[in-house]
Amino acid sequence: MSSLFKSKNPSLKYSDDAFRYISAACAFFIVILLTWITLQIGYQGLPALKEYGLSFIYTTTWNPVENEYGALPMIYGTVVSSLLALLLATPLGVAIAVFLSEDYLPPKVQEFFKFLIELLAAIPSVIYGLWGIAIVIPLMRDYVGTWLHQNLGWIPIFSTSPFGPGMLPAAFVLAIMILPTIAALSRTALICVPQPMKQGAEAVGATRWEVLLHVTLPYAATGIFGAVVLALGRAMGETMALAMLVGNSNTINVSILAPGNTIASLLANSFGEASGMQVAALMYISFILMVLTLVINMIAEYILVKTGVDQKG
Amino acid sequence: MSQTTTSSHLDPLPPIDLESKTSFRGSFSTGMDILVALLTILATVPLFSLLYMVIYKGLSRFRFDMLWELPPGAGMEGGGFGNAIVGTLALVAIAAAVSVPLGILTAVFLTEYARGSKIAQGIRFASKILSGLPSILAGVFIYAVVVLALGSFSVLAGGLALAVLMLPIIVLSAEEALLRVPRTLRDASTGLGATTSQTVLRVTLPACAPSLITGVMLAVARAAGETAPVMFTALFSDYWISSLFEQTASLSMIIYNFAGMPFENMLDIAWSASLVLILLVLATNIVSHLIAARK
Repeated sequence: MSSLFKSKNPSLKYSDDAFRYISAACAFFIVILLTWITLQIGYQGLPALKEYGLSFIYTTTWNPVENEYGALPMIYGTVVSSLLALLLATPLGVAIAVFLSEDYLPPKVQEFFKFLIELLAAIPSVIYGLWGIAIVIPLMRDYVGTWLHQNLGWIPIFSTSPFGPGMLPAAFVLAIMILPTIAALSRTALICVPQPMKQGAEAVGATRWEVLLHVTLPYAATGIFGAVVLALGRAMGETMALAMLVGNSNTINVSILAPGNTIASLLANSFGEASGMQVAALMYISFILMVLTLVINMIAEYILVKTGVDQKG
Repeated sequence: MSQTTTSSHLDPLPPIDLESKTSFRGSFSTGMDILVALLTILATVPLFSLLYMVIYKGLSRFRFDMLWELPPGAGMEGGGFGNAIVGTLALVAIAAAVSVPLGILTAVFLTEYARGSKIAQGIRFASKILSGLPSILAGVFIYAVVVLALGSFSVLAGGLALAVLMLPIIVLSAEEALLRVPRTLRDASTGLGATTSQTVLRVTLPACAPSLITGVMLAVARAAGETAPVMFTALFSDYWISSLFEQTASLSMIIYNFAGMPFENMLDIAWSASLVLILLVLATNIVSHLIAARK
């Protein structure tokens, strides 16, 4: 009988080492993959970078027929649609986070609401697009957009009459799509606030909302900010709902009732049939999106790890 | 009426209530309570509107033939999305075959070999950043690496693009699952003389199998619903696939392609395909939620 404590047989030792090296290789592959994606897209965009240089970023004509490429309308559309979506989703998301982190509801009902909000994140974006075409576009065109244009048309952002697809319906659907991110992470940030701080405020007679406004929300503010930044990254990269709702017009229009375009939506609509310099230009604009979302996600992740919202940092 | 007013005067003084509803502070707090409750309910309205539309529109013109017929041409009657179901299954199968082993082994490295180290932190950070990669860029990347190399759109390229998206989801969920396995279980195995790899394969991974499966299911559901990564990797096809190197239809692409069509029949097919896709996604989410809730 061999003792359990005798040295392990060599083949076992090799297979154990092999397993460790394989799992380490897989782990490092993630880092390599992220770098590879960035470099590959950048490399494919080089011909366009050489041809158009930095003027690519600030010129406004996108014309594949004449091989003229300026990305500003798409960069503008990406930023405006994302910020508009954040403007709608942030107050709503934080309100949900408050409602589902305080003891308003019995735990079972709270779980159910959490599940409903999570479901919003699970619905495929192409179905949001289809729903947006059927419900949101008519709603925005016939009611909300018309009302805004008739009553507030003197404000430049409502200056065109609603056309159907456009920034507003796209941003509205985008807001619904990023809502679960903001709500879930803000809720974690609120739950992370130490109980003694809240109890201290309650003990001196503060109402629930005095505690929330003076103690809980200020304490959780950094974490909530991290959640909003992460949602911004998601919004900028979202493709399908925008490709179906934003109108795909490569122009800059101050009015949010007018159609526009975003980087992701341009890629979705042009990549299938592109060739030659157009592919390079699309790669160049992909690289811009890649860098933008990388930076934003890194900032968000850094904040979330620092604040403990992302506990495994 | 007057009697109740009178009797209220005779009531004893209420106990001192710091959140008294009559004070401004109290009513402000109550008002805000009502506001956040209403906003939460409001936020579920789009969900119900969307589910209602998909179920109503999807069911009203649903025919069982749709499940095995090919997409109709423009303006034609009949047809379905049979090849799209097969396409989605093939794409997701390839994506899972690539990303599940890679993802679980990465999680094993993070929890069993490098737990708490700077390297593990770095790799986890990269996974988080990769999980925020815009899905269309996964498509752009695979277009550059696979489609341009092979010279054609293919099921393989589409599956690989989806694998890029699934990988970080699986890493992060598998890591969480492995972290929840108690240390004593590993120690017991090591105490019996098992090597680390034996412990991982025979003890640790089986112990957290339900959570691992939940994570994989959620990643699969997410991948099945993705459109952007397959748009210019797998593209679309009106026919059945016969090899991994052909372009293919998928449920999400048929919805996208038919959503903007002026033909009633094509729109019906888009809604019915949405119903199938959403049932798949909902079922996965509910099942995984139940598994998670049981623990």
